[in-house]
Amino acid sequence: MSFETALRCRECGREYPLDPIFSCEFCFGPLEVAYDYAAIRGSMTRESIMAGPPTLWRYADLLPCDPDFRVDLGTGFTPLVRADRLAARLGLDRLWLKNDTVNPTWSFKDRVVSVAIARARQFGFDAMACASTGNLANSVAAHSSAAGMEAFVFIPSDLEQGKVVGSNVYDPTLVMVDGSYDDVNRLCTELSADRNWAFVNINVRPYYAEGSRTLAFEVAEQLGWRAPDHIVAPLASGSLYTKIWKGLKEFADIGLIDEPHTRMSGAQATGCSPIAKAYFDGTLNFVPQKPDTIAKSLAIGNPADGYYALKQMEETDGGAEMATDAEIVEGVKLLAETEGIFAETAGGVTIACLKRMVESGHIRKDEETVAFITGAGLKTIEAVQGELTEPLHIAPNAQEFDEAFAARSSALAGATAGGA
Amino acid sequence: MTSRRVRFTFEPDKIQQPVIYELGHKFEVITNIRMADVDNSVGWVVLELEGDAEEIGRSLEWAREVGVRVDDATLGDVVEGS
Repeated sequence: MSFETALRCRECGREYPLDPIFSCEFCFGPLEVAYDYAAIRGSMTRESIMAGPPTLWRYADLLPCDPDFRVDLGTGFTPLVRADRLAARLGLDRLWLKNDTVNPTWSFKDRVVSVAIARARQFGFDAMACASTGNLANSVAAHSSAAGMEAFVFIPSDLEQGKVVGSNVYDPTLVMVDGSYDDVNRLCTELSADRNWAFVNINVRPYYAEGSRTLAFEVAEQLGWRAPDHIVAPLASGSLYTKIWKGLKEFADIGLIDEPHTRMSGAQATGCSPIAKAYFDGTLNFVPQKPDTIAKSLAIGNPADGYYALKQMEETDGGAEMATDAEIVEGVKLLAETEGIFAETAGGVTIACLKRMVESGHIRKDEETVAFITGAGLKTIEAVQGELTEPLHIAPNAQEFDEAFAARSSALAGATAGGA
Repeated sequence: MTSRRVRFTFEPDKIQQPVIYELGHKFEVITNIRMADVDNSVGWVVLELEGDAEEIGRSLEWAREVGVRVDDATLGDVVEGS
């Protein structure tokens, strides 16, 4: 079953039919999907969810598409990992990591694209399109292949190789666009206006964005049907961050969890921090920026949901932080070394900002915290290459190994002694 | 005639300048403000511009030259991240 009833303007509340449209004709506010929650309350229980598949489709009643149109690569229901070693390093009592690196194309974008492509097929589109910093491109290309649909994928020409190959392997029409970030935005806005494509983050955006709520549904279920004290999520457009909170509130509204009192905090790279900067300046009006950071998947200088993200920080007593490129690399390494999870740079941003928030006292030691790791590290190996311990390089004999290992051990001991 | 929906963002030193008034006089473009918010540190205005497509393009170029940040009004950045 699906229970969506209309599209509703987030600003003025005007309602529109469930069409491939994304903004209000009157105030230009963004449109959001409205649901019949009373009917969902009657249909969805903890038991019915737990009897569902181990994917995001276990929450199909809360997704704005007919699940018969789904293209199921097995997205969702990813691990919620208790991170005791990282918690100890940071000074937290209880930390969980939502590990979305294990999705079919190794990022949380599979969640939003799962919903977007189902809805696009329901609308009768036969081509998908997106403009992406990489993760979305990978996911749209993969899902389109699985659906037998044409895909048009636009990416900035300076993207990491892992993300370029990770799209191209599915054989979409892959377009690498030269020019500034603003140029890419302008081109894609223009193209979207007169093509009969399901442009996932434009004309089917209201449906697409809803897929992120499944992160909140899963965390609440995996914690034993409750919300955590504090959440830290990366901020790019602000959509993921706002949808996680929406998901928790919806679960409470339909009686699956108690009213959440979760403090919602967001993480940005210093080189692209319009939302975090506005938070620190005490304003809801962010100033768009030209991105300059290694965290390309968060490099959104003019975030569509920035205003709503800032409102949510106010509403939930949350906040924001920002991390330099050096801190981002340290964040990637810290996560890998303590918890065995290799995240892309966005994960480094989240961990680095989490560290800052604990150090500043914004997150208290006794707050049970969930941090969202949204993409896998093999996509951005450039960021950590040259920053890791050099491997031992030897001829194939045991004596060489023993000598090389002893030399490194004594070098490490010397470094430690020197630093003490 | 065509229309464009744009968002102007003003840094503090531009807030007192009547940019939208001047734009409507310098160019054959009708300006229609739909949403706006201005505080001490920054201001933004969402508006619809109606006119010849090239004239609208010239007017936006002028707005950029006088120091206003011009973006699409309804989408934010189209290139998508996390």
